[in-house]
Order: sequence, then C-alpha cells, then structure tokens
Amino acid sequence: MKGPSSKDSLDISVANYEDVILARQKARELMQSMGFSLLAQTRMVTAVSELARNMVVHAGRGQMSVNSVEKLNQKGIECIFQDKGPGIQNIDQALRQGFSTSNSLGLGLGGAKKLCAEFDIQTTVGKGTRVTIREWKTR
Amino acid sequence: MIEVTILKIGDTIIVPIQTELHDLAANFLQENILKKIEKVGARGLIIDVGVVTIIDSFMGRVLVDTAKMARLMGTETVIVGMKKEVVMTLLQLGLMMQTLHTALNIEDGITLLNRLTGGNHERSII
Ligand SMILES: Nc1ncnc2c1ncn2[C@@H]1O[C@H](COP(=O)(O)OP(=O)(O)OP(=O)(O)O)[C@@H](O)[C@H]1O
Ligand SMILES: [Mg+2]
Repeated sequence: MKGPSSKDSLDISVANYEDVILARQKARELMQSMGFSLLAQTRMVTAVSELARNMVVHAGRGQMSVNSVEKLNQKGIECIFQDKGPGIQNIDQALRQGFSTSNSLGLGLGGAKKLCAEFDIQTTVGKGTRVTIREWKTR
Repeated sequence: MIEVTILKIGDTIIVPIQTELHDLAANFLQENILKKIEKVGARGLIIDVGVVTIIDSFMGRVLVDTAKMARLMGTETVIVGMKKEVVMTLLQLGLMMQTLHTALNIEDGITLLNRLTGGNHERSII
C-alpha cells in the first residue's frame, strides 16, 4: 500500500503498560508540535492508548511508529501498530462494541476506529495484526 | 510504583490524580482507595482528575468500578475536574459513565456529596 509521504518518523517498542504511556506521550508531542487542537489530540491519544494496550494484552508486545504525513496540501499524523501476535479471527466481531476475548468491555478497537479520521486494520491469524490510524489537520 | 496521595479531610477522602497512570498503577490506586475507606471510613470520596489529559476505556472502567465498590462500603463518589475534551472523547468512545457522579471542581464536588449523603462535608472540612 502506497500511503501519504512521511516526514518525521519515530519507532517505539511497546511491551508493557509503561510503554503504553510512552506511546501516548510521543503521539501527543508530535500533534502538539504540528498545532493540532486539544480535542484532536485527546481523541487521537485515546485511540493510541487503546491500540497500544491491545498489543500488550492480546499480542504480548508490538511496535508503534508515529509519523507526520502529507496529502495534497494537508498535514496529518499517522500511527501504525504492528504485532506478531495471534491475529484476529473475525474483524467485524472484534470491532463491535462489547466484544472481548479478555472479559473486558470490548470498547478499545471499535472506539479507536470511531475516534480517528482514518482507520485501517490488517490481520492474519497466527501471524499478527497491523492497525493504522490517521488524523488530518483542519485549517 | 507511582504513588498517588490519598487525603482524608473531615468525612471526605480526596484523591488528586497528578500524573498519567498506567493500567497497573490505576489498579493499585483503586486498591489503596478501598483500603483507606476500610481503615478510616468516609461518607464521601472525591477523585480529582483535573490534570488527567486522557481517560481511555481502562481508566474509565477503573473510575466506574471504584465508585461502585466505594458505594458498597458506604461511601459516595464524585469525580471532579474532567476536562471537556476528555468528556467528549469518552462519549465518542462509547463508555457509559452515567453511574458516576461528577462535578466541575472540588468545591462543587463537596456540595454534591452533601446532597448525596445528607451530611455537611463543607463544615467538616473547614
Ligand atoms: N492486537 C491484537 N491482536 C490480537 N487480537 C486483538 C488485538 N487487538 C484486539 N484484538 C481482539 O479484538 C477484541 C476486541 O478488542 P477491544 O480492544 O475492542 O476489546 P478488549 O481489548 O478485549 O477490551 P477493552 O479494550 O475494552 O478493555 C479483543 O478482545 C481481541 O480478541
Ligand atoms: Mg482493548
């Protein structure tokens, strides 16, 4: 997949709950420096928190990359969450509010999708999961 | 582990959350709040989230559960200081927080606790 061109880029390894906080901080720092509104920051960082946690809980660990991206004349932030965990059998079911295999609320994945302008998930059972989210700056 | 101060003033326990808590730290705080209630008793619990920049599904659930458990121990909970961006995000996320009592700041929180418990927390604080 050919995405938007990427300028700043940062990779972090997410293996525990403290790393989830670090992931949140890194996404927020970039959004702050790009001048995103506080509401846009709060939404995106909340989605980052859910997706980073999912890697820790469901896959054991994973990688997050935070990138500043551009399309046409719009600037945006992109976060990619990639893990080598068990993958997801049924994406539609996993996205549904209330579905959880960990006896939790099942809000994370569907919630992250609702909170971001763009959401893409690719998963292969037994291989892992890759979730990409993007938010664009409104002028 | 990240330490969060738990204050007891009069009949009220006040918990000002001053840093971003990761999941285990949030669980640890919940446990410490319940321990404090068990040890000293309180009619009211105020959790101040005024400097908390995000509340995701996990933190939201911890707050809801803490309030439920506190109630079973005879203590009413009010969450104070939730930022408007946090509230809007929680709503969009789909987290149901209707069971939580909330107020704008500690002062309003105490007024609300008085109404909820029929007591006078204000006087006991001053
Ligand atoms: N990275 C992942 N790897 C494997 N499975 C995943 C991953 N992320 C999500 N899932 C699956 O999708 C389901 C739904 O995820 P979601 O984040 O919505 O709920 P949850 O993590 O179970 O609970 P909550 O996030 O509300 O605490 C999970 O229960 C899990 O089965
Ligand atoms: Mg989750």
